[in-house]
Amino acid sequence: MNYWLVIGVSFLYLALLFGLASWAERRSAAGRSFVSNPYIYALSMAVYCTAWTYYGSVGRAATSGLEYLAIYIGPTLMAPLWWVVLRKIIRICKVQRITTIADFVASRYGKSITLGSLVTVVCVVGIIPYISIQLKAIASSLSLLTDTAIQQENFPDTSFFIAVGLGLFTIVYGTRHVEATERHEGMVTAIAFESVLKLVVFMMAGVFVTYFVFNGFDDVMLRAQQLPNFEKLMTFEQEGGFGEWFWMVFLSMLAILFLPRQFQVAVVENVNEQHLNKAMWLFPLYLFAINIFVLPIALGGNLLFPRGAFDADMFVLAIPLSEGQNLLALLVYLGGYSAATSMVIVATISLSVMMSNNLVMPLMINTPYFKAANQDRLTRILLYSRRFCIMLVLLLAYLYYKGVAEYYSLVEVGLVSFAAVAQFAPAIIGGIFWKEGSKGGALAGILVGSILWFYTLVVPSMVGVGMLPTSVMSEGPFGMAWLRPFELFGLQGMGYISHAMFWSMFLNSGLYIGVSLLSRQTSQERNQAEVFVDIFRYSTVYESSIVWKGTAYMPDIKSMLVSFLGEQRTEKALKSFRNKYPAPEDATGKADPKLVTYAEKLLSGVIGSSSARIMVASVVKEEEISIEEVLNILRESQQLISINNELRRKSLELRQATEQLRTANERLKHLDELKDEFLSTVTHELRTPLTSIRALSEILYDNPDMGREDQEHFLHTIVKESERLTRLITQVLDLERFESGRQKLSLEPVQLQEVVNEAVEALEQLVEEKSIELVVDVQQSLPSINADRDRLMQVLVNLISNAIKFCNPEHGRIIVSVYYLDGDVKVNVVDNGKGIDEESQRQIFDKFYQARNQNIRKPEGSGLGLAISKKIIESHQGRLWVESEPGKGAKFSFTLPVKVTASAAKV
Amino acid sequence: MSKNKEKLKVLVVDDEPSILLPLEFLMRKNGFQVFIARNGTEAIDSVDKELPEVVVLDIMMPDVDGYEVCRHIREKKEMNGAKVIFLSAKTKDADIKKGYAVGADLYIPKPFSTRFLMEKIKDLTAS
Repeated sequence: MNYWLVIGVSFLYLALLFGLASWAERRSAAGRSFVSNPYIYALSMAVYCTAWTYYGSVGRAATSGLEYLAIYIGPTLMAPLWWVVLRKIIRICKVQRITTIADFVASRYGKSITLGSLVTVVCVVGIIPYISIQLKAIASSLSLLTDTAIQQENFPDTSFFIAVGLGLFTIVYGTRHVEATERHEGMVTAIAFESVLKLVVFMMAGVFVTYFVFNGFDDVMLRAQQLPNFEKLMTFEQEGGFGEWFWMVFLSMLAILFLPRQFQVAVVENVNEQHLNKAMWLFPLYLFAINIFVLPIALGGNLLFPRGAFDADMFVLAIPLSEGQNLLALLVYLGGYSAATSMVIVATISLSVMMSNNLVMPLMINTPYFKAANQDRLTRILLYSRRFCIMLVLLLAYLYYKGVAEYYSLVEVGLVSFAAVAQFAPAIIGGIFWKEGSKGGALAGILVGSILWFYTLVVPSMVGVGMLPTSVMSEGPFGMAWLRPFELFGLQGMGYISHAMFWSMFLNSGLYIGVSLLSRQTSQERNQAEVFVDIFRYSTVYESSIVWKGTAYMPDIKSMLVSFLGEQRTEKALKSFRNKYPAPEDATGKADPKLVTYAEKLLSGVIGSSSARIMVASVVKEEEISIEEVLNILRESQQLISINNELRRKSLELRQATEQLRTANERLKHLDELKDEFLSTVTHELRTPLTSIRALSEILYDNPDMGREDQEHFLHTIVKESERLTRLITQVLDLERFESGRQKLSLEPVQLQEVVNEAVEALEQLVEEKSIELVVDVQQSLPSINADRDRLMQVLVNLISNAIKFCNPEHGRIIVSVYYLDGDVKVNVVDNGKGIDEESQRQIFDKFYQARNQNIRKPEGSGLGLAISKKIIESHQGRLWVESEPGKGAKFSFTLPVKVTASAAKV
Repeated sequence: MSKNKEKLKVLVVDDEPSILLPLEFLMRKNGFQVFIARNGTEAIDSVDKELPEVVVLDIMMPDVDGYEVCRHIREKKEMNGAKVIFLSAKTKDADIKKGYAVGADLYIPKPFSTRFLMEKIKDLTAS
């Protein structure tokens, strides 16, 4: 393919990333952030998959078989633990404005500059090989694609320009703002995009090889069995195989946490801790997806090409190319390019921040002459130093590539970097869970661990390319056999990675724990230890959790902030502090100790915690403070927090209690209203017959001479009204007993047929008077039910007499039917009256519904009959209801269970 | 009660037959010409047709209630000077106040004294 075409496409791709990133930043500035969602977060974590994964996995699989999987199993195993480990680290970094892993270690151990610089140096030395393999991957894929041999190029060669180009791109996108805590939304969006691209293209290539070049997975595997080394690839090696796997998995578990670029995307760029929940399963899923086609491609490459025709690392690209699929090949190249660039961008940004904050800045502010001369230009110097560092890192990576990496496979070089960052594990994991871990321990552990790393991993590679004599490997330096880098202290029989990890981790952790136990923490160290380990207790009140004694003056603090943050942001920051801790300004101009802590935290975001510490110390007069004092104050502030929590809990309980009281009161008031209403309705209903009785009696008394007929009529009415009065009183008392639950049923076996007949007989006269046709239809051999006979009688009489009252006045017809249905006995009373509308159907069983709805009021009846009937049926565990359509009569039904339990019989 | 004077027209309104019975007897006994209405609609019809001088009104009735009937009477020119007496089982202060507000001359709670009722009717019609 044309060389310049590919170069052009590469640059176009960078320009696209550029556009994407600035689009995302504009969106975020407009308040519609693209990054604040868990999917982007999880995708940005996939920066873990670099050219190593994209090209290297295939290479590894083609030469060493399944071993390539180990470095994906580690992160997958680690993901569930993120909630415990990563969330804590994120919270600490948010609270203390920590921006790099070096800053994290330094902060934990008393904001130590020495420790910060050490971690920075280890990171830079450790990660440069890793960056170099990205350059190598880009260069080799480019050379394969364009069919140019890289070795023949003179300086400056293509890879040099690639390094410089990536450096410039990173500078533009990574160092526009000084404050490193400010998130790089543009960068994260670009990284997420690259993660999608590399996955999609790799899978396309996988599908092409598996299904187009071969006939599916089965075909590849079947044919691969003829390969001479197939068995070796697909099984563990006999000796040390499991040990090697264990160490690889362990190594990658640490790498996913402590690689500077992972720390950058997972911690610094984290928007919301909750995003971890999704990332915990999405990220492993991504790893799974990108590995599906590794094996078919690797085996396919082995089958298609004679040994040594292509570097196995380049199989992904070589297969489409050899099949004449130029477009696919170009896409594959772009996918690999994106995998490589994403790693380079993130890694160099975080390394540059580390270097400028932990190496350049302390040097600058510790040199009084330099500091005085450049007071106003500190931020600009900081910014330029970061840009310089980015270029420096990339150039070093280029040199490493040219000098060493060119001779090793991608995976071999990458693992060396993994082992380097693994050296931070004891100090960091110990630091967030063990308060006793001390600066001395961390320093000793990391120092010795990284020296061993260098000696057992880097030195051999230097020997390999001829920088050191081979005798170092075979006979040991200066002939000391026990110092042979691969068989240190005589340890034999392990793979070189296992060997290096074993020694470095063993001595690193041992020294960390041992020295920590023996050494004494300073008060500041102790303070940080407390805050780190118990971060979830302190995070909301951070400013008061840092114990500090001394005198500081407001103008000094302010001018210090202005020189790093600028006027505007300083004002904004101070305002938000005053909002959080409102306090009157001190007349003497002394600053609140909390403000000093706050200022230090703000500065940490810009220049790192140790440099911030020095800056603050230079403008305030501090007093010595003992560890005991720190612990006492912390304990007090913790008590204060727990008292606060207790108070909050109590006030919540109080609020709930108030709420409960209020609703109870309302219920009572409502019940009271109901009672009032009931009483007033009852008295009203009593007044009517009473009025009639009184008036008639008075007339009879005053008119002894009235006609005999009138007299009889009057007396008859008086008797009838008195009966009405009695009935009303009985029913009110009945209802009251049912409602208060004092009504007892006397249950006995009852033949419903008998009760129905009796009720009908009682009403016979009325039926005849109105010449109503009454049909009684009772099923034969009805089971007897356990019920209160008199009460059932009352219900039936009520329902039938209602039917008599309301049925068609001309051609009255009533049907009473009784039958057994699904364990119940069902009774229907159907009339052919004018029916009941829907709303009345709902209210008809209410007390005095008639009285309150005058439209249907009839002279007879108390208005309590149906209410009582319903109560009676319900107390028998039955159900009473009505079905009706206006104009088509009404059907009142009730069911009674054949078996009524004794407990239900008491209402 | 002179015989040459025309008989006084009294309209008695109640939905309870057991209450209409004594009322009707009392009015006749006292020489009034009695009209009966069993609900609000009948009452209004009767008012419009007969123009009674006295109306004895129940309040709680199906369809149109006593207050409405009273308002109707007060709005009617021809009924100027007619006397309206409420006879109701509603005995709350608010109900009584409302009765007077719609224009009643008297509000008598049930149960009532027949003698008292008749005295009041005579007092009201004497002037």
